[in-house]
This record gives sequence, C-alpha cells and structure tokens, in this order.
Amino acid sequence: MGTAPAPVELERPEADEDVRPDKPWVTVVWNDPVNLMSYVTYVFQTVFGYSKAKAHKLMMDVHHKGRAVVSSGSREEMERDVSVLHTYGLWATLQHDE
Amino acid sequence: MTDGFRAVRGGVSIRLDRDEAAVLRSMAGLVLELVDPPEDGGDPLEALVGISGAADTPEDPVLARLLPDAYGGDREAAGEFRRYTEGDLRRHKRENAETMISGLSGLGPGGGELVLDTGDAHAWLKALNDVRLALGTRLGVEEDGGRTRVRADDRADRAALSVYEWLGGVQETLVQALMAER
Repeated sequence: MGTAPAPVELERPEADEDVRPDKPWVTVVWNDPVNLMSYVTYVFQTVFGYSKAKAHKLMMDVHHKGRAVVSSGSREEMERDVSVLHTYGLWATLQHDE
Repeated sequence: MTDGFRAVRGGVSIRLDRDEAAVLRSMAGLVLELVDPPEDGGDPLEALVGISGAADTPEDPVLARLLPDAYGGDREAAGEFRRYTEGDLRRHKRENAETMISGLSGLGPGGGELVLDTGDAHAWLKALNDVRLALGTRLGVEEDGGRTRVRADDRADRAALSVYEWLGGVQETLVQALMAER
C-alpha cells in the first residue's frame, strides 16, 4: 500500500491499528470445502444477527482468504460463539486478538 | 425426484419419494451412530453435570470435523474446553438427527409431503450439514479454485459422492426457503 503525506492530526489512532483493549478475544471461522456458501451466510445472519450484506462479505472473506474474524469480545463470549458455530458445523476457533 | 424445500406459512415443506426418504433416514442414522458418546465407564458425577472425560481431539477425522477443537494452537485450552462442552455438542447433534428421523417416519410408505415448522427446519438444516460434513470428510472432498473436487476411486465412493451432491442440492433449497422466510 502506498503512503500519503500524513495530515497533522494526532487525536485518533491510525485506522489500521485496530485498538480494541476491551475486546481482546476473537472468533475465527476457517474455510472448509463442504459448507455451502449460502449456508455460511445464513448462519452468520442467524447467530450474530448480521445484515445479509455483512454476513455475505464475511462469508466471502472466509472463502477467499481462508479465514475471517466474525466476532470479538471477552473470552467467555467467544467461547459461547464458537460453541454455537460448532452446533452449525462451521469450523470455528477462538484466540487472543493479535 | 424431489424439487427440494420451499417456504410455506410458518415453516418449510418438501415432497419426498420413498427412496429419497430412505436415503435421508439412513444418513441421519449415520450421524446418530457417530455422535453417540463412547461407553467409557466415566465418572457418573461428571457425566451428570455434563463433563465428558474426553479431552483429546477425536482420532477419526470425521468425528474431529463434527467435534472440532475450539482453540487452534493451544492443546491444553482446547482439551479443557472439550471436557466441558463436547457432551453438549454431541447431544445437540443427536437431537437434530433424531428430529430428522422422526419427521421422516411421519411419511407414508410411498413417501409424500413433509411440512416442518421453523424450529424443526433448523434442526434439519444442521443435521443435513452434519451428514454432508461426515460424507465429505470421509470422501476427502477438496476445494480447487472454488470448485469442489473429490477422488472417487471405486463404485462405493461414486455412489457416496452422488448422495453427497444430492444432499448439497437439498440443503441449498432449505437455506433458500429459510432465507425467504426471514
């Protein structure tokens, strides 16, 4: 990515720093060859209440990049999300946000 | 040949002939067998409060896919999580497969039309997916540039592959019917 001259403004962190000190855990969904694309989208809508557009984008990220972060929160919340995704047969794991 | 699921008031419906119902019933039975917990004579108190003794990832790749590790790179955390949750996950998958079987048993001997309320439709959706995960993992289904690829070397594999593909089509219609309902 190219770098533009930085404007002199120090009030906000850089956009790609992704500072989320209160949400240190994430749920990751991994690509797998069996789950239907429409099904994965539907699961994201149903489990997280995401819009169809957001659910579809996350599904495409999983499909093309091999994985996507689908939710973030406390460790307990992410364990709950992973458990629910496992009932749907999605390949989900949780990890400490890097 | 079934047209698959369609949305109806309060749920979904599907018309199945006798052979299609029989395939679905036997596939759901396969998942039941897979997820039934092993008789390991574990601690009855632990069993009572829902803790299974098993902390290791299942050796069988099919079972490992149905009951995956929750922590990718941390065996200890994955084992601890599994000890407390695998029993519930197995029970959930068993109940979904049982819902599918009991729905099918409502059909007459020649097949017919099955109507599912939204709750049962979700149980079917998950059970169909578990069946496809089991079959797909056993067959070694891979993705190749966005297309599904599988090595089906013998007649048994080719038969299983055609069931797998048929199930994918049926599941797709169920997803579309449920999305139409939202």
